Amino acid sequence: MCETCGCNVTPGNAELAWRPVPHGTTAVDVLGRLLAANDRTARHNREHFDEHGVLAVNLMSAPGSGKTALLEATADALRQELRIAVLVGDLETENDARRIRARGVPAVQITTGGACHLDAHMVHDALHEIALDGLDVLFIENVGNLVCPASFDLGQHRNVALLSFTEGDDKPAKYPVLFRKADLVLLTKSDLAPHMEDFDPVRATNCLRELANPAPLYALSGTKRTGLQPWLDWLRAQLASVRAVQTSASPSSHEESHHGQRERMAG
Amino acid sequence: MHEMAICQALLEQVEGIARQHSATVSLVRIVVGPLSGVDPRLLESAFALARAGTAAEDSELVIEDVAVRVRCRSCGAESTASAKRLLCGTCGDWHTELTSGDELLLLQVELSREIDAVTV
Repeated sequence: MCETCGCNVTPGNAELAWRPVPHGTTAVDVLGRLLAANDRTARHNREHFDEHGVLAVNLMSAPGSGKTALLEATADALRQELRIAVLVGDLETENDARRIRARGVPAVQITTGGACHLDAHMVHDALHEIALDGLDVLFIENVGNLVCPASFDLGQHRNVALLSFTEGDDKPAKYPVLFRKADLVLLTKSDLAPHMEDFDPVRATNCLRELANPAPLYALSGTKRTGLQPWLDWLRAQLASVRAVQTSASPSSHEESHHGQRERMAG
Repeated sequence: MHEMAICQALLEQVEGIARQHSATVSLVRIVVGPLSGVDPRLLESAFALARAGTAAEDSELVIEDVAVRVRCRSCGAESTASAKRLLCGTCGDWHTELTSGDELLLLQVELSREIDAVTV
């Protein structure tokens, strides 16, 4: 995005912006984001979070990388300290939400019915079922998929990508769109690391740096509850830094955008 | 395959523009960067299906490519890069920022008036 006026023309794409058109037609220059409707709702979601002092964290990974196990362990570790809630995206079933509720944490299942990602509208709809008052952290467990979720802003403050020791350590290079956006990468299932000789955490780190991403990488095991401390400290630090911004920000035009917002996008 | 959802968002915008001008759409020009997370070929296939019954039913979709470019935070140089290696082409440092390559933009819509052909 242009740093001067916020438009989408950059030195890299400026030559694409203006073109002549044939006779008999009218050209309307738009130069706006394709996902403008999603982005508006994402901003609106973020306003909801900010009004309530909530840190929203989007968890993305391949299916079976341990997102739900991480949330179970996190819920137990922070029980006395922070109030958390979870939105769980899945193609089908309520299984993951049930596992999280069993840890005493409110969870809303978003069943996408075949859609391979969450979008801002699905999250907005689900927010109506969550009491944000008094909440500290809202986790959004995205649909297990390393491609599609990366294109949709949900209104989260931070992105966390999970990469388990049972996967390839070069996944950041294979899925650059998602890993480039990660604010933190968790190397999960670290209890299996001794059996996974092919997985080299240094190689995973190098792949991430080659995407110009300075995010930290922490190894942990959700099921064995080991290595959790750096992750919990990171969460506390993000909550503090997001709250500092939230309290210094001026009152938003949230009500206005609530009424002006566009209707649900098909997804 | 989130390209269908993206296509529907595209068509919503395009149809809005066509309605404003009481016109039909002859051409839709978009930019899809290699780091946008969208596969141009899948988007083309999705567009062919999704445009049916809309004001863009007979329109052509033109997808403009755009290069991945980075600016180095260490040496200040600008260079092209590959989507999975965003390193500075001059000094090789990874401390770079993307200046283009993640665009997913609607550039332009060409409209045909049904009654009065508009001369430009």
